[in-house]
Amino acid sequence: MDDILNTGNVPYVSEASVSVEIETEDMTLNIGPQHPSTHGVLRLVAKVDGEKISSVEPVLGYMHRGYEKLAEVRTYPQITTLVNRIDWVSGFANEIPFIAATEKLMEIEAPERAKHIRLILTEMARIASHFVFNGAYALEIGALTPIFLAMEDRERILDLIESVTGGRFHPNFNRIGGVKPAAGSGPTTKKNVQDLPAGFYQETRDAMEKVLEAVERMEDLVGGNEVFKARTKGVGIISKELAEEYGVSGPILRASGVKFDLRTQTDFLPYDKFEYEIPVGENGDCYDRWYVRLLEMRESAKIILQAIDSMPSGPLQTKVPKVIKVPKGRSYVRTENPKGEMGYYVISEGGLGPYRLKIRTPSFSNISILPVLLEGQLLPDLIAIMGSLDFVLGDVDR
Amino acid sequence: MIDGSQILVTAGIVLAFALNGAVIFTILDVKGASWMQRRPGPLHVGLRGFIFPLAEIIKFFQKEDITPTNVDAPVFKWAPAYVLASVFGLFVVVPISPTLVGSDLDLGVFYLLAISSLSTLGVLTAGWSSANKYSLMGGIRAAGQLIAYELPLILAVVGVVIQAETMSLVGIVEKQIEFGLPFALSGQGLAFLIFMIAATAEMMRVPFDMPIGESELVSGFLTEYSGVRFLIFYIAEYMNMFVLCAVASTLFLGGYHVPLLPPEWVNFYGPVVLITKTVLLGFILVLVRWSFPRFREDQLQNLAWKVLIPLSLLNILITSIMKVVF
Repeated sequence: MDDILNTGNVPYVSEASVSVEIETEDMTLNIGPQHPSTHGVLRLVAKVDGEKISSVEPVLGYMHRGYEKLAEVRTYPQITTLVNRIDWVSGFANEIPFIAATEKLMEIEAPERAKHIRLILTEMARIASHFVFNGAYALEIGALTPIFLAMEDRERILDLIESVTGGRFHPNFNRIGGVKPAAGSGPTTKKNVQDLPAGFYQETRDAMEKVLEAVERMEDLVGGNEVFKARTKGVGIISKELAEEYGVSGPILRASGVKFDLRTQTDFLPYDKFEYEIPVGENGDCYDRWYVRLLEMRESAKIILQAIDSMPSGPLQTKVPKVIKVPKGRSYVRTENPKGEMGYYVISEGGLGPYRLKIRTPSFSNISILPVLLEGQLLPDLIAIMGSLDFVLGDVDR
Repeated sequence: MIDGSQILVTAGIVLAFALNGAVIFTILDVKGASWMQRRPGPLHVGLRGFIFPLAEIIKFFQKEDITPTNVDAPVFKWAPAYVLASVFGLFVVVPISPTLVGSDLDLGVFYLLAISSLSTLGVLTAGWSSANKYSLMGGIRAAGQLIAYELPLILAVVGVVIQAETMSLVGIVEKQIEFGLPFALSGQGLAFLIFMIAATAEMMRVPFDMPIGESELVSGFLTEYSGVRFLIFYIAEYMNMFVLCAVASTLFLGGYHVPLLPPEWVNFYGPVVLITKTVLLGFILVLVRWSFPRFREDQLQNLAWKVLIPLSLLNILITSIMKVVF
C-alpha cells in the first residue's frame, strides 16, 4: 500500500541486469480521485510501464452517500428525492424503477396519461444523458468543441423538463400512483388539476427536431473525424461473452452485439405502443459504444414524438391514501436507465418507509469490467475506454 | 558595421514583433474558439471581446506563484524563461522586409531549425523538475515528439533550400520574387504540407498536443506551474505558433512580398503582408485545433516515421531531379 500512496517523488528505480533488456520497475500512477477525466472521484491505481498499463485497480467509495441506509429512515414519498440524485445526469429515469417497485407492492397502477408523461420525461432524460456523454467523450478524446454544442442542445431538453417538473436535474416529479401536477400552468383547483404547461407539445416537437439535427451534426463532426475513428475503432473491445460474463448492461451491452433492452420487457411504461428500433453494435469497441448512444438519441426522439401524438387524456393520479403505507412484501423492478439496467429491491415490513432498499446501479456493474479491459492498454486508451463506459460517480457509489 | 545602438534597435524590433505576434495569435485563437463554440466571452463581452486577452493576463498575475516542496527549484523556476528565450531566438532571422530583419544569416534556415528544437529541452526539464508523474510523462512525450517531428520539418525545408540554392531567408524570398510564384505553388506544395503538419507537432497543438493532453495527463508538463510562470509558457506557446507560421509563409508563401505592389515601398507594406499571411496560416491551425481530437502517442510516431519522413525524402528526390533537369 505504501507505494500506492506515495505520490510525491517519482519512483524511478532501475536495476540494470545482465540480460539484454534493462529491467525497470513499474511506476504506480494514481489516476484520480482528482483527475479531469474520471467523471468525478473515481480513483484508478494503475501500474504503468512507460505508457503501457500492466494492471489497474479501481478504488471506489469517494462519493458514497449512504442512500440505501438513508432510505430506511425516510418515508416512501421522500425517497424519490434521494433517488433523483443517484445519477444526476438523468435524474428522472432514476425515479422510475423505485416508483414501479413501490406501486407493485401496493398493487396500484398509475393512469395512462401519467404513464405517458413518465415515458416522455424518461426518454428526455435519456437524450440529455447521451448529450452529456457525446460532448464529454469527444472532450476526453481531445476535441474541445463538441461539448459546447452538446451542452447547448441539452439545454433545450432541460428547459422542457423544467417546464413540466420545475427542476432541471432533480425533477422529483413522480408520485406513488401517478405524477405531480405540472408546474406553471395556472391555478390548481380540486376539479381542474394542473396538467402539462401550455405549448408543451409544440415546444417538444421543435426540440425533438433540433435533437435529430444535433444527432446528424454530431455524426458529422465527431463520427466523421478520421482522428476520432483512429482513436476509438478497435480500442477496448468487449466481446459478447465478456459483456455477458461481467453483467454490463445498457448501451455497452448492446454495442457488443447483444440485443437486450429492458424497455421491450417492461410493462410499467407503455413502450409497446410505439415503434422504435434498438441500435446494436457489431464490434463492441469504443466507437460502437459511442455510436449506439448516438443512435439511441434518435430513437428516443422518435418515441417522444409518437408519445406526444398519442397522448391520452385523463387524470394524473390514481387514488392513494393520504399516508402511504406499503403492505408487507418484497419487490424488485429493473428498468432501462440511460446508463444501463437500474433496479430497486424494496423490502417492506408494512411501515411508512422500506425496511431495506437495495439499489442496483448500472455504472457500478459496468465499471467492474475496467480491470480486464484496461490491462495492457496504453494510457490514452485508458481514457478512451473509461469514457466510453459513460459512468457517473454518484451512480457508482450511491 | 554594427554598433551598440543598432543592436538595441534590432532587439527592440524583434521583441515588439514577437510580443505582438503572441497577442495577435492569442486573440485569433480565443476568437476562433468562441466563434466555433458559441462562447460569448471572447466574442461579445467587453469591446467585442478584444479585452479578453488582457483579462486573461491580469488573471495570471493575480494568481499565486507556487513552487511545490519536492521540485528541483532552480530548474523548475528557470524552465519557462528558457522556453521563452529559445522561442525569441527564432524571430531573429525572420525577415519582415528585405532590410527589416534581426540578422540575415547566411545559414538562416540552419540556425532556425537548430534553435527550434531548443524549446523542447525546456519543456523536458520543466516536466522532469516538477516531481510529478504526469509532468514527467508530459515532458518525455514532448521529447519523443520532437525527435519524431524535427526530421520531417528539416527534410521539408531541404527541398526549399535545394530549389532556392540558398539558406538565407531573405535570399529564399528574393528567389521566389524572381521566380514569380511562391514555392508552395511551384514544386514545394508537398513540402509545405509536411512542414505545416510537423510545425503543428512542434507547437504541441491539437491534434498533436499529447505533452499537455489535459484529459490524460491533467496538464502534462504544465501541471505544477501557476501564475506568472504558467503565463510565460502560455506566451511562449503562442509566440512559437506565430513564428513558425511566419517562417512557413517566408519559406513557402513568398514572405513579405506580394505581387502588384511597388517593390520600392516594400519596407512599409512588407510587415503587413507577412503578418497577414501568418494570420491566415494561423487561422487554419485554429480551425484544426478546435475541430480535431488528439492522436495517440504511437499513432503520432507512426505518422512521423512511416508517412511524413518517406514523403519528405521523396520530395527531396523529386526536387533534386527537377533541379538537375531544368
